[in-house]
Amino acid sequence: MPTSDIVLHEEDFHLIRDLIQRLRIEANARVICLVDRNGQQIACVGEAQALDMTALASLAAGNVAATDSLARLIGEKDFSTLYHEGEKDNLHLSMIGEKVILVVIFDERSSLGLVRLRVKKYAGELTAALERMQQKSLKTKSGKMAASPFTDITDEDIDSLFGN
Amino acid sequence: MTFINYAAREINCKIVYYGPGLGGKTTNLKWIYGKSNPTSRGKLISLATETDRTLFFDFLPLDLGTIRGFKTRFHLYTVPGQVFYDASRKLILKGVDGVVFVADSQAARMEANVESLKNLRSNLKDQGYELAKIPYVLQLNKRDTASAVPVEEMKRQLVMKDEPVFEAVAQSGAGVFDTLKSIARMVLGELRKTA
Repeated sequence: MPTSDIVLHEEDFHLIRDLIQRLRIEANARVICLVDRNGQQIACVGEAQALDMTALASLAAGNVAATDSLARLIGEKDFSTLYHEGEKDNLHLSMIGEKVILVVIFDERSSLGLVRLRVKKYAGELTAALERMQQKSLKTKSGKMAASPFTDITDEDIDSLFGN
Repeated sequence: MTFINYAAREINCKIVYYGPGLGGKTTNLKWIYGKSNPTSRGKLISLATETDRTLFFDFLPLDLGTIRGFKTRFHLYTVPGQVFYDASRKLILKGVDGVVFVADSQAARMEANVESLKNLRSNLKDQGYELAKIPYVLQLNKRDTASAVPVEEMKRQLVMKDEPVFEAVAQSGAGVFDTLKSIARMVLGELRKTA
């Protein structure tokens, strides 16, 4: 397999969520979400209840993937940030490390300048936290950590999902 | 690339429906959406052209239930089948856990099936995958059409390894859930090996 599975442990989740929560407050943002490049949501904070975050994660990843391909077409490595401006709400997407997209949704209570500044401030800490998460995923895979609950799932377990 | 979230107690897997244009990939997803419990499905997102042809992808998140205390969520994607959308197809295959190839049974589309399968193999390779090693299911769709090629002949031309093969009529739902269950089983079975 070209990419390893992502395993998000509880302590990493809380650490990452605390970081983006702090970022949300400092950036005056409505919602902040971390999404992996394949469209899986990692963590989300803010006024997210009214939004379909699963769809948002998938579309954000599609958006970044398409834009990266456009970048390569014109000879750029990538476009590290994307900004979509709406009438009320705006969307700021930026890459954190190689694999994770930081999605910031903000309205008139904030500004693009402030969001950019705060995202820059937190990018280093987030990269480090995600790097640790990635390392743990690799260790889990190589069996150096506690056994995963899926090593011994049975055919019956899987069949039970389909009600037969 | 399966995503195991211990905090939310969720497993997320990505399944891609691949195949030639107008073969029924989107129809598969629409049927699954229509027949799934509204509480266990998300919104069906279709990035389509004005004439309803898939432009980038369709996306349907689906909860299958709980296994060992973990919610199993499947993210179903389709690719655009038309030949010139190859760049988009490559992007969607990123991080895939399992592939369903939806073949069109009409005689006139056999060449397109073979071409699309070749394209799948090469695009998977570009992403570092091997078709021989990933969970893979073949669906022979549109079995109700007058010019449907006999199943054995389709298998002869399209079977790549020992993959499960399902006959289907996605318009009326025949074979759609059997296909989904089969690929979901294979993907979850992989967790045993990779966990």
